[in-house]
Amino acid sequence: MEPLLQVQNLRVAYASARGDLTPALAGIKFELAAGEVLGVLGESGCGKSTLASALLALLPGNAVLQSGSVLFESQNLLAADQRELRSIRGSRTSLVFQEPSSALHPTLRIGQQVADILAAHTNLSRQAVRRGAQQTLETIFGDDASRIARSYPHQLSGGQRQRVLLAQAIVCSPALLIADEPTASLDPATQREILELFRQIKVGLGISVLFITHNPLLLDGLADRILVLYAGQVIELGTAAQVLASPQHPYTAALLRSVPPSKIGVVDMCTNAEEASASYRLSRLPVIPGDSLDLSQPAPGCRFEPRCSQKMPVCSTSEPELTAIDRSHSASCFKFSAAR
Amino acid sequence: MRYLLRRASHALFLLFGVSVLTFLFSALTPGNYFDEMRLNPQISQETVAALRAQSQLDHPLPLRYIHWLGGVAHGNLGFSFAYNSPVGPLLRTRACNTLLLAGTATVLAWLIGLPLGIWSASRMNRAPDKLVSAGTATLLVLPDLVLALGLLILAVRTGWFPTGGLTSTNYNGFSTLQKFRDLTAHMTLPVLALTLSALPNIVRHVRAAIADELQSPFLRAAEAHGIPQRKLLYNYAVRAAANPLISLLGFSIGTLLSGSLLVEVIMSWPGLGPLFLESILARDFYVVIAGVLLSMLFLVAGNLFADILLYLADPRIRTAERSQ
Amino acid sequence: MDINPQPLLRVENLSKCYSAQKWHRLQSVFAADAAKNKPKEFTALNNVSLQLRRKSTLALVGQSGSGKSTLALCIACLERPTSGSIFFNQQEVTALPEQQLRQIRPRIQLVFQDPARALNPRWSALDLIAEPLVIQNRLTSKKREAKVLQLLDLVALPRTSVSKPAHQFSGGQRQRLALARALALEPKLLLLDEALSALDCSIQAQIANLLLDLQYQLGLTYLFITHDLAMAAHLADQVAVLACGQIVESGSAQKVLQAPQHEATRALLAATPRFAPNSSAPALVNA
Repeated sequence: MEPLLQVQNLRVAYASARGDLTPALAGIKFELAAGEVLGVLGESGCGKSTLASALLALLPGNAVLQSGSVLFESQNLLAADQRELRSIRGSRTSLVFQEPSSALHPTLRIGQQVADILAAHTNLSRQAVRRGAQQTLETIFGDDASRIARSYPHQLSGGQRQRVLLAQAIVCSPALLIADEPTASLDPATQREILELFRQIKVGLGISVLFITHNPLLLDGLADRILVLYAGQVIELGTAAQVLASPQHPYTAALLRSVPPSKIGVVDMCTNAEEASASYRLSRLPVIPGDSLDLSQPAPGCRFEPRCSQKMPVCSTSEPELTAIDRSHSASCFKFSAAR
Repeated sequence: MRYLLRRASHALFLLFGVSVLTFLFSALTPGNYFDEMRLNPQISQETVAALRAQSQLDHPLPLRYIHWLGGVAHGNLGFSFAYNSPVGPLLRTRACNTLLLAGTATVLAWLIGLPLGIWSASRMNRAPDKLVSAGTATLLVLPDLVLALGLLILAVRTGWFPTGGLTSTNYNGFSTLQKFRDLTAHMTLPVLALTLSALPNIVRHVRAAIADELQSPFLRAAEAHGIPQRKLLYNYAVRAAANPLISLLGFSIGTLLSGSLLVEVIMSWPGLGPLFLESILARDFYVVIAGVLLSMLFLVAGNLFADILLYLADPRIRTAERSQ
Repeated sequence: MDINPQPLLRVENLSKCYSAQKWHRLQSVFAADAAKNKPKEFTALNNVSLQLRRKSTLALVGQSGSGKSTLALCIACLERPTSGSIFFNQQEVTALPEQQLRQIRPRIQLVFQDPARALNPRWSALDLIAEPLVIQNRLTSKKREAKVLQLLDLVALPRTSVSKPAHQFSGGQRQRLALARALALEPKLLLLDEALSALDCSIQAQIANLLLDLQYQLGLTYLFITHDLAMAAHLADQVAVLACGQIVESGSAQKVLQAPQHEATRALLAATPRFAPNSSAPALVNA
């Protein structure tokens, strides 16, 4: 069966005022099947928000699309015109933003904001639109739906606002839902509820989800496959079980190790000589030294090489390709490539 | 409701304070109407003295104020020495003329300015926007005086428009339609001058407010949901930008009576402006005070109107007020 | 090494009530969920008592709206409690006049959640870190600059970045700046209000390690406010659980997190994302 989404060789850069180009995405390639949840794991600066915008052709003015195609239901979104895009956005694809408090219009009622989306994509009467919106709100909120529909965003809690964003995303029953850090500003209990909601969306409504986050723990139990993004490149791709339990790329492994709880007493990467004292806690977290790459200063070789604990001489001179480790798992590292 | 009552009570207090201050300043300015009269050789000194005594100008100030305040409570705003008639009706006629002019101009300015500002914001930094910006900058820099005089010269040279006044001399003999056309012809130039001077401010504020909202995350989110461009601009963006614009509207309404003085004087429009100017020069005490208070009333009413509108338009203000 | 056995911080029966007006205005400070029902008076803290030993870390955990930030503000003397007392170094600070409080303030410093909002993006690192020194009128300008460079070393930021404006730093680097600023006055107690929550996972680990280093080097005491139980388990010796303005459970980190007694603690644990990357890793949290 044709995959729902096929991204080929996506390259995006940002142009500064002087015209210099800073690369943001360098050759992204992946596929998403219908009804699947793909987790995109990456930290600040890896290009995940650029990816989310690029997939829906919503890049800001100073972004330059250098190459690539985004085939959604066999149509290249990057080559589509504004009218086609507008009919697809919100109805076949939808985007859930990061900050629920600023993603909602401050002076319109919630019911109105959900109904407007339905109205924009269908020719239904006003009554039918309102009923459709009400139904969606009921799916998400249950009995509370009527009160929520009459409220304004500032009267709702953070978790409720995030649910409203989800309602907006599914009101037209899209095929693809892109969620960019949807639980970033929420406390753990609300986070759990929202994740549960995502699971229900996937199972009950069969919507494919692209779940972007920096926290690997959130993808456990939700994502079918995981794609790891670093410095604008896909460095690992595999099933959730494979990536979380046995990460192959040094970055993924280090990232997963740096999340507490970790093994007590593990030798960390930046040892401190004064560890001897008994009052000093032994369980310092293994960290990835340094900061993420400054992409405006491009250097040859693997982008993770400066911080990698397993680097080899070849890593500083040439860039690795995404190599298959087994049928469904691949990583972009010279450890697995035959060429040395 | 408490919000409105509070605002209304502030307004009342303000009016009271202004009346005291105006009374004080007017009374403290040197000279009075009768000084001019005394210089006129045709009027005898006794007449002047008698008139002066009648006007109670020599009574102590607080007494005069209370007397005047009592009069106001009964609807009597005092007496105009220059026009030899009660101030009330005099002010009313003139104020109506001014409102006709300024009201039309304000409505026109907003009707043109709002869409122009929105359109300009949506085409930010591109050719149409730059054109509009250049136009508004020019109008802003041009003083009202130059604008009004320029239009007057146009009227004189081309003879297309009457060169002043409210109506033609044979107005009363016209049919209703002719009256309407005559009035419109006389109104055109002053309204044009006022509209052109109010327009740039409105356009710039609207443009800035809308441009600000166009950057906001919720508008990008709405765009990502496929809301059509027109709705985004004229519905979503305008609603979000409503707050500063409503305040501007309040200001527009507030300056209805006071903003058109210059144009009225130049175009000989018989409104509040020329009356006010003459009264100050002639030291026509009670007209001056009544004029100031009426303008003040409009200003306060305009702001109150904006406050009410803001309360109705922004749910966040309603919630904040209710929690108090 | 002799450690003063007396607790550095002692809070006794602290209560804090807000009028509805003030509570509404504080919503944005706390970034808490908007309260749906607005009572006339809101009790943020109800009879809270706790103790902090020197050079130790106490993690204060609880749901949004449980009163954690209010407690931090009271301890930092930025809010006056309605009743109860706070003892810092055996001295009561609850009702001190501002003059005397000024002497105490350098010893208690705060680090907030969002470094982007806590630091003026236009100011350079030098200005930001030197600001507390300027306010407290310490050191000459030259000595201040030297001190700032020392602090940059302490937080592992390159000296060359001293004149860069704050917006040019990444999130993790900004939090290091905020730490350096907090350390400028050589405090004894550091209140970390969700200081790691806004950072990426691997950066959280870096900053957590930095906090441990600093605690060892400088003998600091931490009050670590968080809703991330895993990080609390990692950093803290003691844990106190706050629910609806009351401390419902407290004790050593291991005891509270492995054998929770109170329902609120259990709810918090259940909400923490469970993770076992390798089977040999000890599972510290139970679902």
